[in-house]
Amino acid sequence: MTDVASTATPKLPRGVRLRRDEVRDEWLLLAPERVLKPDAIAVKVLELCDGVRTVEGIVDELAAAYAAPREQIETDVKKMLEDLANKRVLDLA
Amino acid sequence: MNDMTIPNPDQATRVPPPAPLGMLAELTHRCPLSCPYCSNPVELDKRSGELDTETWKRVFSEAAAMGVLHLHLSGGEPTARKDIVELTAHAVKVGLYTNLITSGIGVAREKLEELADAGLDHVQLSIQDALPDNADKIAGLKGAHEKKRVFAGWVLELGLPLTINAVIHRGNIENIEALVSMALEFGARRVEIAHSQYYGWALENRDMLMPTREQVMRAAATVDRLREELEGKLVIDAVVPDYYARRPKPCVGGWGKQSLNVTPQGKVLPCHAAETIEHLQFDYVTEKSLSEIWAHGSAFEAYRGTSWMKEPCTSCPRKEIDFGGCRCQALAITGDPRNADPACSLSPFHAKITSLAMKSAAKEGTDYIYRRFGARPGAARVEITRNNAPV
Repeated sequence: MTDVASTATPKLPRGVRLRRDEVRDEWLLLAPERVLKPDAIAVKVLELCDGVRTVEGIVDELAAAYAAPREQIETDVKKMLEDLANKRVLDLA
Repeated sequence: MNDMTIPNPDQATRVPPPAPLGMLAELTHRCPLSCPYCSNPVELDKRSGELDTETWKRVFSEAAAMGVLHLHLSGGEPTARKDIVELTAHAVKVGLYTNLITSGIGVAREKLEELADAGLDHVQLSIQDALPDNADKIAGLKGAHEKKRVFAGWVLELGLPLTINAVIHRGNIENIEALVSMALEFGARRVEIAHSQYYGWALENRDMLMPTREQVMRAAATVDRLREELEGKLVIDAVVPDYYARRPKPCVGGWGKQSLNVTPQGKVLPCHAAETIEHLQFDYVTEKSLSEIWAHGSAFEAYRGTSWMKEPCTSCPRKEIDFGGCRCQALAITGDPRNADPACSLSPFHAKITSLAMKSAAKEGTDYIYRRFGARPGAARVEITRNNAPV
């Protein structure tokens, strides 16, 4: 299990690519032998995972953009990042 | 007039198939190793017949345009192609996720660096065992294991993600935990514990490779435990040994549904072993476009969907889950590729595959028939290098 710290600066490692698939008209996260289909909000989160922004900063940006309680966004984002880190498709460092 | 409303199953299968997700490009059959479980066909393509650079580039462009996501650059040893960097760069340019499936042997550090600079996404390195001497014996090349260790170090130094692939069989099945530790030590993010599948050359060596049922059960328990212990550190993917299974694997995710193979000579196959089904006609990328072959090639249409099935598949609630298993295995064991894969306990041939597995597993020793160019099983067996010769 991986704990997600608010100060972590998540990023997609080399070998994991977020890309728009024009043929299927959807966003995909490509990893070794894996194709993950992030929904619209997950795409938003992944686009902010640049290795510079902190988890806290990402949550702040999303809280400003979406009409949902910050606490709930924080829980959801950390859950998603933890899940992706466990699958080794996201680095939290 | 009532029957006009009944959908014609033949027409239902005429809907264009969804785009494939992955393509295996077997760039060459040349390989420095001679593993006894090699999944390539018994008859290897010669270098002189290999597709040229421009044709491969066109095929990659076509693949990307039709929706292929992952491109597996494989072989043989793909880096034996002099144009591997140019081919990789082109695949990256057209948007494909590039995975180099390599033995790590005969690849200079400079070459790997050029591949990294070209945008290579991922490296999959084969390891034969955790014990170096046994690993070299299985690979049929002395010193191979140490070279792989060095190669893995370069992969990490260059910042490329690494998967270790270990094909599991009787000669290394007791060392799975050590193999996984080695993958961690090598810096891999992912490891494939892939039980040998008995097609091509591996079928020739079945008696030397098949583990016992007890070994397979222990191996599965080990993998489950390690997967839990290493969550977040290492992804463990397992390919199950289907001779001891109750339900068949959904071979290649369904025939003509998710993936395709292109051989060194440009023949397009629905799966690695499809050429063993002798009545199938395969198309070449030199004659037709990849998308035309995928959508309308007779070999792809032969077992796509479910309308070709026989009982017990036709009425099976799992027919859209496992697609009746593997056509090549159905042919090899039952004599008819339309039969259910005998790995399925509902197949009338299930007892036969179980008995074959147990007979093979009861054989002693690992007197491998090594894969060499020009080596043939059967009559020409005498020409083949055995493991009692120096390796």
